[in-house]
Amino acid sequence: MAIIVDEHTNVIVQGISGKQGLFHTRQMLEYGTRIAAGTSASKAGSILEGVPVYDSVRAACEQHRIDASVIFIPAAGAKDAVLEALEAGVKVVAVITEHIPVHDEIAIVAYAKRRGATVIGPNTFGIVSSGKSKLGIPPNRFFVPGPVGVVARSGTLSYEIVGNLTAAGLGQSTVVGMGGDRVVGLTFVDVLQKFEEDPLTEAVVLIGEIGGNAEEEAAEYIKGMKKPVVAYLAGKSAPPGKRMGHAGAIVERGMGTYQGKVEALTAAGVKVASVPWEVTGLLKEVSVKPSR
Amino acid sequence: MKRVKMFEYMGKELFRQFGLPVPLGKMVRSPEEAAAAAREIGAPVVVKSQVLSGKRGKAGGIKFADNPEEAKAATAELLGLTIQGLRVEALLVEEKLKIDKELYLSLTIDGAAKKPVLIASAQGGMEIEEVAAEHLVKMHIDPELGMQDFMARDVVRRMGIERTSPHSQELVTIIKTLYKILTEKDAELVEINPLVFSGDRVIAADAKVTIDEEALYRQPNLPQVAERTATEEAAHALGLSFVELDGDIGVMANGAGITMATLDTLTFYGGKPANFLDAGGGTGEEGTAKALELILSRNPKSIFINIFGGITRCDDVARAFASVKKKRGIPVPVVVRLVGTNQEEGRAILREVGIEAYDFMQEAAQKAVELAKS
Repeated sequence: MAIIVDEHTNVIVQGISGKQGLFHTRQMLEYGTRIAAGTSASKAGSILEGVPVYDSVRAACEQHRIDASVIFIPAAGAKDAVLEALEAGVKVVAVITEHIPVHDEIAIVAYAKRRGATVIGPNTFGIVSSGKSKLGIPPNRFFVPGPVGVVARSGTLSYEIVGNLTAAGLGQSTVVGMGGDRVVGLTFVDVLQKFEEDPLTEAVVLIGEIGGNAEEEAAEYIKGMKKPVVAYLAGKSAPPGKRMGHAGAIVERGMGTYQGKVEALTAAGVKVASVPWEVTGLLKEVSVKPSR
Repeated sequence: MKRVKMFEYMGKELFRQFGLPVPLGKMVRSPEEAAAAAREIGAPVVVKSQVLSGKRGKAGGIKFADNPEEAKAATAELLGLTIQGLRVEALLVEEKLKIDKELYLSLTIDGAAKKPVLIASAQGGMEIEEVAAEHLVKMHIDPELGMQDFMARDVVRRMGIERTSPHSQELVTIIKTLYKILTEKDAELVEINPLVFSGDRVIAADAKVTIDEEALYRQPNLPQVAERTATEEAAHALGLSFVELDGDIGVMANGAGITMATLDTLTFYGGKPANFLDAGGGTGEEGTAKALELILSRNPKSIFINIFGGITRCDDVARAFASVKKKRGIPVPVVVRLVGTNQEEGRAILREVGIEAYDFMQEAAQKAVELAKS
């Protein structure tokens, strides 16, 4: 088991012929992702990397069972692409695209909810069920199977920590990127619930950052969890009032401070690492054993 | 979501385009223009400093004038004033309203609820954070439903305003119009504080509008005010996210989270970062080269490049670095940590220019701190 996607997930790549779409299709195939189809306005009817290309998700769905989509469509067309996938009945959509207007994100998330579908992102690296399936852009070599579930707001920081886990012999069940924008489909709580129910996951790593109150909400839920949670939060040294790249990563009016988040998580029994590489040690403290 | 703010006079012009009632007024940039505006509008008038600060009233940025001569004098005093670090360069001369009651009305995005949220109060005029919770009306709007009449009527009722009052229907219209501005103009915030009852009229006495920067491509005619420094603006134009800090270690990483973690790590080892620079996901060779130039413009004592390639390819970064090093030279020591997509190709390129990349962030960060101190 793993959460959200696994080795049986049939995937469509929307925007398969673009520079990023094609490069990462190759990478995903190498990882073992079952890519059944792609969409492209210019390359419909052709085969790219062995994958048949269609001009719409509906056209692909007539030929293949599609369980999930990964979106590489530029921001201006991303809302249309996600709605297209959802309307065609696709139940999991990973939106890699960044710079999507917030009102488009609101529309995407609202429609997904009505369709009972899961939207990962926007502005996410995607999701990896290690050794089974990868939807998105993380570098393949660092993601190996194991007992640790990882959920993060930030992409490269997740690679950093997953890389450390793997180096220490701690593989991952699933690694989920929620996305760096203010409005995204999945919350920490949604993902923590799935990890709590997943038999393969023994412990969870939560990678948060300053700003907003997602970590505080997560802390409330973690109080009732049976599985141990270890966290790292970025932005300890960030000056107040400065926006650190992500929309949400800003400390305003004393809200979303590093200290407040650490206190909330600690009170919920979470061990909080002060630097990224401490995460592996803390996992071993909560008795997660390396597999080699 | 990044944001672009508007001065009050810009926000009111937008309100006017949508038919929201605003005071008669004119933006001016000199005492002479102010006197002429006061004559045209009819005194008494109010002269309001145009700065992006909520506290301009308390800071003395608003003056009243009974005639054009006073408007001229008030403007002369206000021009060049600095309010919370912001210089007054423009003023809004407006009719002085007879104010019977001040209310508050805003629409913004609630990220946690993933919906627009309306906040209203029959007690306006002050900072909304200072209004007691029991006097606040809060309503999340289902984006697929939009702002229907019944919802706006419910807001008005909950504000404690009688359905039969002369202002009730006008308020419903204003609430609906404000929602229309929020969605049609890709706004992240539209706020009226205060919204005033003046006789039978309901008028937006102030206007605060913030536009989602990601949507500017489809809002080409909106005026906007940059809040960035010149260097930060240059970075933005290149798709880089750059924030100036006080230290002496230049930093470049890819991704907001890892960039923050990089600053935290340098600080952990006793170093002081000179900047936050997120070179972003897909930034290629050209963007990387520009990023390096931005970092060098801050005269750091050492530079730490921390790349964990996903969508970013290590060879792109390495090639850019090598080309900058060859073309203009880099006068300070550089520490590079390079792993992820195409890392072997990237490392080979760096080796040619005499740089051996690190595997782990902690080792590389320690080295960068050491070099900045030596």
